[in-house]
Amino acid sequence: MLIRLIIPLVCGLLFGAGLAISGMTDTRVVLGFLDIAGAWNPDLLFVMVGALAVTIPGFWLTQRRSAPWLSPQFFLPASRAIAMQPQVGSVIFGIGWGLYGYCPGPALASLTTFDGQPLLFVAAMAAGMYAERAWQRS
Amino acid sequence: MSSPLLPLVGGFLIGASSLTMLALLGRITGISGIFAGAIQGETGMWRWAFLAGLSAAPLLYHGISHQSAPLPSEAGWLLTIVAGLLVGFGTRLAGGCTSGHGVCGIGRLSPRSIAATLTFIASGMVTVFVTRHLL
Repeated sequence: MLIRLIIPLVCGLLFGAGLAISGMTDTRVVLGFLDIAGAWNPDLLFVMVGALAVTIPGFWLTQRRSAPWLSPQFFLPASRAIAMQPQVGSVIFGIGWGLYGYCPGPALASLTTFDGQPLLFVAAMAAGMYAERAWQRS
Repeated sequence: MSSPLLPLVGGFLIGASSLTMLALLGRITGISGIFAGAIQGETGMWRWAFLAGLSAAPLLYHGISHQSAPLPSEAGWLLTIVAGLLVGFGTRLAGGCTSGHGVCGIGRLSPRSIAATLTFIASGMVTVFVTRHLL
């Protein structure tokens, strides 16, 4: 059972290292990518290309199996269809992303800078998630 | 402008992490979903293990490489809170963020994720255009 904690721990380390190495924990780099009318910084595009070069062929090969190696089933989103709710959510997310330069991964990865900024951002992000859940249930 | 090498290497590591999670555990590596599940008490200690690694890695990387960690944003506290709230609410309503939709969803060639990713990038670009060039 320990292996089921060690694997996500190592994967989290890989993911966080990827964010740090690529500069994605720097809000200036991310806002530079979003600033197409200014001094555009393409780094986020290269990160996406590097990641998708692994996931597109890798996921295709993986899903030819009936189950993952160490789990009885794949836990995949139910719907692949374009719908209004994820589109509206993405607009709202994009506004917050563009205002500050953090999406959830870089915000959490920046917690160990022990600066007040990422901590405050993550606390507000958590509050936003609770608010969304409460709103969905109302 | 810097070389594309480090962003490509970083992206490769992110992809390798996501592929390992799916191939071994059957999980989609969506950070907003993993974090929301952890703080909202869903079963599965794997979420906390992943988040511990995610947060520890930059500290280790900057310690070992002697590359200094990026300076924090200069945004004020009010902007930080507003942006965090929007990111939290929006990613949950969207069912994913840059990792879940952008890396994993596009990795599965899901139309829902491709549309979501194009939309949050466009929304972010419009937001930066308004705040930097119009206001």
